[in-house]
Amino acid sequence: MAEVVSVMTESPAGGRARAARTVLGQVVLPGEELLLPEQEDEGGPGSAGERPLRLNAEARSQVRVVCGPGLRRCGDRLLVTKCGRLRHKEPGSGGGVYWVDSQQKRYVPVKGDHVIGIVTAKSGDIFKVDVGGSEPASLSYLAFEGATKRNRPNVQVGDLIYGQFVVANKDMEPEMVCIDSCGRANGMGVIGQDGLLFKVTLGLIRKLLAPDCEIIQEVGKLYPLEIVFGMNGRVWVKAKTIQQTLILANILEACEHMTADQRKQIFSRLAES
Amino acid sequence: MKETPLSNCERRFLLRAIEEKKRLDGRQTYDYRNIKISFGTDYGCCIVELGKTRVLGQVSCELVSPKLNRATEGILFFNLELSQMAAPAFEPGRQSDLLVKLNRLLERCLRNSKCIDTESLCVVAGEKVWQIRVDLHLLNHDGNIIDAASIAAIVALCHFRRPDVSVQGDEVTLYTPEERDPVPLSIHHMPICVSFAFFRQGTYLLVDPNEREERVMDGLLVIAVNKHREICTIQSSGGIMLLKDQVLRCSKIAGVKVAEITELIQKALENDQKVRKEGGKFGFAESIANQRITAFKMEKAPIDTSDIEEKAEEIIAEAEPPPEVVSKPVLWTAGTAQIGEGVENSWGDIEDSEKEDEDEGGSDEAIILDSMKMDTGVEVSGTGSQDAPIVLSDSEEEEMIILEPDKNPKKIRTQTISAKTEKIPSKKQLKKRKKKRAAMLKLT
Repeated sequence: MAEVVSVMTESPAGGRARAARTVLGQVVLPGEELLLPEQEDEGGPGSAGERPLRLNAEARSQVRVVCGPGLRRCGDRLLVTKCGRLRHKEPGSGGGVYWVDSQQKRYVPVKGDHVIGIVTAKSGDIFKVDVGGSEPASLSYLAFEGATKRNRPNVQVGDLIYGQFVVANKDMEPEMVCIDSCGRANGMGVIGQDGLLFKVTLGLIRKLLAPDCEIIQEVGKLYPLEIVFGMNGRVWVKAKTIQQTLILANILEACEHMTADQRKQIFSRLAES
Repeated sequence: MKETPLSNCERRFLLRAIEEKKRLDGRQTYDYRNIKISFGTDYGCCIVELGKTRVLGQVSCELVSPKLNRATEGILFFNLELSQMAAPAFEPGRQSDLLVKLNRLLERCLRNSKCIDTESLCVVAGEKVWQIRVDLHLLNHDGNIIDAASIAAIVALCHFRRPDVSVQGDEVTLYTPEERDPVPLSIHHMPICVSFAFFRQGTYLLVDPNEREERVMDGLLVIAVNKHREICTIQSSGGIMLLKDQVLRCSKIAGVKVAEITELIQKALENDQKVRKEGGKFGFAESIANQRITAFKMEKAPIDTSDIEEKAEEIIAEAEPPPEVVSKPVLWTAGTAQIGEGVENSWGDIEDSEKEDEDEGGSDEAIILDSMKMDTGVEVSGTGSQDAPIVLSDSEEEEMIILEPDKNPKKIRTQTISAKTEKIPSKKQLKKRKKKRAAMLKLT
């Protein structure tokens, strides 16, 4: 116990904090503090604690750093709150976005995320939708394309909904909609009655939704399919036959712990059969 | 926290898949998921994994006074707990219907089948008996808890050892494991539950349903059988009508499955016994496979090994030939010789008096000798020194290496003369070559 305390007290005192730039792509642990690039230029870790907050000082125009998931601002440093790999993206000039790529199963609603939910109850003019978070989200019957007070959407309990969060914060019930800002469905709404829903880890979903994901392209070559990814770790697949749907689901689940070579091997074997 | 609801589309898909004789995980109708049994460091502790369902079993014992109506029988106690860790839907501290049902089924399966000889648990009739307590914890829930729990319970009971007890007159002595080996329980047979899930009013049947299949099923039939195909318990739930030959067929399947599982259990127990006896590593920590998502990896640097032998030969060929060595040992006094360069030996005079002690201190010296050999060996190969390194190996008498560290640590070696002194030089030369070569290889 004493050891843990000593380590904890040591890091804010300086000396232990690492520069964020040097640990990119490496594993960081909760409680660790990271220095931003501008601080490391000025006198190193020791003096960084005494400097005033630089983020909103005059330096703001030059460097603008965004804390992504797994990071929190702690004074003028970044505090790691999740265990995972540190990532960074540079939008043009300056600080850019830092976030931690972590592995988890439990979803926490985030505004703007597209998710797959299951309708659990109809009460008055709202539906309760289970999205895998700590609380069910609410969905108004008017939040569908073309829905009016007269023209109600046909949603039954147990149906799958693909929608987007408009309200998601830790103090309020999350709220979903199935239309975009122009009032169009844009792919959202009730998902068909067939097909298979299964759960994967959130890390895998992010991997699959990445713009240059090879897995999806390779899967697409196997069979014609319909697929929906929810950021809450739910995936809905539908292929022509039950057998094909099952194969696709199992492949996607297995992809998480496969290297690119192993995956290629499996895909080529499947393409032959 | 509420259970994740099952969507209509999942339900429909599962039922259609079952009609086509397909299952989500690619199993056949009568297939079990993979069963893995691992044991803890203590006796009577095990984890059983049935696919992703995991149950921890722990057996403990206590000396208590027996029940009044059964004065000569030990007491068996079973307790299954569904913690929130297994699934968020399980509420802590509340006896859910499912939990009560599972606990009663377990008791019926294990206590009422009289698989454990309770009379052997009696120490003093009417006064002291052993109470055996089996605690089962569900660590992860992916369907078919009862099968996993019954396997875990029987495995933990088979693995358990209770302290030995002796009764002399009125005196009861309890021995610690150090004094006397703990004794295993006497187990007559191993009843194991096998679950059958029925769909579409009993039209379709699946063995070992997983969590999603359990949610879709219409009815469940649990049969507890031992490997002699004796039915210990049978329970049907869910309110479906089963035909006589359906039940008969299920009992036959159960017999086959239980025979396989029993064999697996026995193999696991034997394995654990063997590892413990050999003093190898055992316990949960050893049985957990390393599944890392991220890990610090050493990048592998490609090394060209195609012509490594030729290169080594080349280097050896180009190197200077080892200098000639003085091949004759110099006799200083009786019992002491010097080979190669070095300073004068100062031990000659005291040799005689030392000799008497040599027999007694022989073992100690051997140890010193070993460590010295190692030290000097490293030095020689590292520096490639000119001196001949002698490895004293096969003299019949006591051997000794004497070093004088302050003067010239590397080079002085003295050896008590053996009958075969003459042979040493040639051997020594050979050894030296080898050493030299090794040193060369190291340097490359």
